[in-house]
Amino acid sequence: MTDLSPTPAVRLHGLTKSYGRGATVLRGIDLEIAQGEFFTLLGPSGSGKTTTLRLIGGFELPDTGQIHLGEADVTTLPPYRRNVNTMFQDYALFPHMTLLDNVAYGMKVRGVARAERMERARAALDMVHLAAVADRKPTQLSGGQRQRVALARALVNKPALILLDEPLGALDLKLRREMQVELKRIQKQTGITFVYVTHDQEEALSMSDRIAVFSEGVIEQVGTPADLYERPASAFVARFIGSSSILHENGRDILLRPEDVRLEAPDYTPAPHERSMAGTIAEVSYLGPVTRVTLCGPDEQDGVTAIVPSRHARGWRERMAVVAVWPEEAAYPLPHRQG
Amino acid sequence: MTQGRKLLGHIALLVPPFGWLGVFYLGSLSVLLLSAFWQVDAMSGEIVRDWTLDNFRILFSDTTYSIIARRTTGIALLVTVTDIILAWPLAWVIARKVGPRLKLTLLVLVALPLWSSMLARIYAWRLILGHDGVLNWGLRLVGLPDQNVAFTNIALWIVFSYLWLPFMLMPMVAALERIPASLLDAAGDQGATPWQVFRTVVFPLAIPGMAAGSVFTFAVTQGDYVAPMLVGGAGSEFIGNVVYSNVGVSGNVPFAAAFSLVLLGMVAAYMLLARRFGAFDAQ
Repeated sequence: MTDLSPTPAVRLHGLTKSYGRGATVLRGIDLEIAQGEFFTLLGPSGSGKTTTLRLIGGFELPDTGQIHLGEADVTTLPPYRRNVNTMFQDYALFPHMTLLDNVAYGMKVRGVARAERMERARAALDMVHLAAVADRKPTQLSGGQRQRVALARALVNKPALILLDEPLGALDLKLRREMQVELKRIQKQTGITFVYVTHDQEEALSMSDRIAVFSEGVIEQVGTPADLYERPASAFVARFIGSSSILHENGRDILLRPEDVRLEAPDYTPAPHERSMAGTIAEVSYLGPVTRVTLCGPDEQDGVTAIVPSRHARGWRERMAVVAVWPEEAAYPLPHRQG
Repeated sequence: MTQGRKLLGHIALLVPPFGWLGVFYLGSLSVLLLSAFWQVDAMSGEIVRDWTLDNFRILFSDTTYSIIARRTTGIALLVTVTDIILAWPLAWVIARKVGPRLKLTLLVLVALPLWSSMLARIYAWRLILGHDGVLNWGLRLVGLPDQNVAFTNIALWIVFSYLWLPFMLMPMVAALERIPASLLDAAGDQGATPWQVFRTVVFPLAIPGMAAGSVFTFAVTQGDYVAPMLVGGAGSEFIGNVVYSNVGVSGNVPFAAAFSLVLLGMVAAYMLLARRFGAFDAQ
């Protein structure tokens, strides 16, 4: 039988890594990233996502495990022998070179003829709308512009894979949104596999084809944004992606998304397909279009958060007695933890 | 009213330092400048305050002096290149390869000799390079012929390189420390081999550090006269030695001033060059 599925762009097998005195960063990472995918490594800081990226780039070596790029085992190859380019968190532009020379750098060190590399570098700068300032030095640019030069430099070599290490971290919110759209557009247009590191779950959901959620050196779950949000594999994933309430019923953890919860007066009688919980309002936060209301249950342990349109929430005040109501099918029992 | 008093206060604060600079530095400098255009009466040894370019005429026509000027500059240049080469590996290790504690230890070790007298350190080299010194003692031990290094230009080159090495090393360490690690990652990521990373990223970014260090190795070597006196030979006179003997031995202060002025011009030109390479851009 022939395997018709193409070779994955990246295959990680059993990667572990620790630094110095027993500080273990990765505890066994297995992952496959498909050709042409926009794949995100998501997790809080210190969860191992950046270390995984650095191992793929070759900037560090794993203690154990293998890294395959396409067919090739690159586990111990140095960065300059991997067909991978990286967009660094601090952009890492060479301060003593013009933008054009920065973008042409990779072609220069690999001996591409001057005329060709200048032409390709200019085209790459054009792609990120910076051809007009090609002869400036990086210090003369704004943060957003530097970031686009870094992108052009990663793209220009047409690598099999581009690694992006929290590239939007230093930008303000508006610019961030613009760049998210821009990155996604360029990824589609070029068809290059992107491996993107971020701790921003909203960014991960909106941009990625698939996401791996990292926690304390292991991958908690791999899936599409909808998989992670609607069918989280653990309480950690449920809490990390979106906001959530977790109820305990008969020894099981039940996930409830706040947008599925509505509030009713204490005398409300739930319909047959509805579940409910009586409680008092602990906190009301007005967020503009929606208002977030947090409820304390009777035993003061389980809390439920509801996000309701603000125009429906005008009456609710702290310490009021209310009933939280949700449709039965909105409650998602989290899988039992193994081990 | 208050404005005026504030201004007076500022002026009062500025008068002492500027007064000091004006009298002691600019004052002596202008006396130097003026006396370079005077002369000494050959018979009486008195200074004749008549304007003349004779001092400079002699300096630029007598080949003795152009040979000395070229020797001074040549050895200063050689010392600079030597110190850059010697400082590179150590600066790289101190700046980027060791932990903070070892770094401090190494920096203290580099600075340690500076706490002893320069004369003592130069004399130490006489003991090393002398005919019955440590060098020849070691050579005899392994069966090699004696070397007569003491009191030659080679001795001068070695001693100057030794004396100014810490001053080349420190700014180079500072320059190398400032290079973000991500730039080295980025260069490798773009396909540069370690040697290419050094040539295209590390070396260019270390140029300001080397330029700052060369202010010592080049400019200070040019102005020195102590080392040539103690470890140099018959053919090792520097500009500073000519100035010294004209003031101290023959009492020809105007001629000494003229040669000093030439040296000053050369050092100033070098400073401007070093500034162009970022020697004084502390950041």
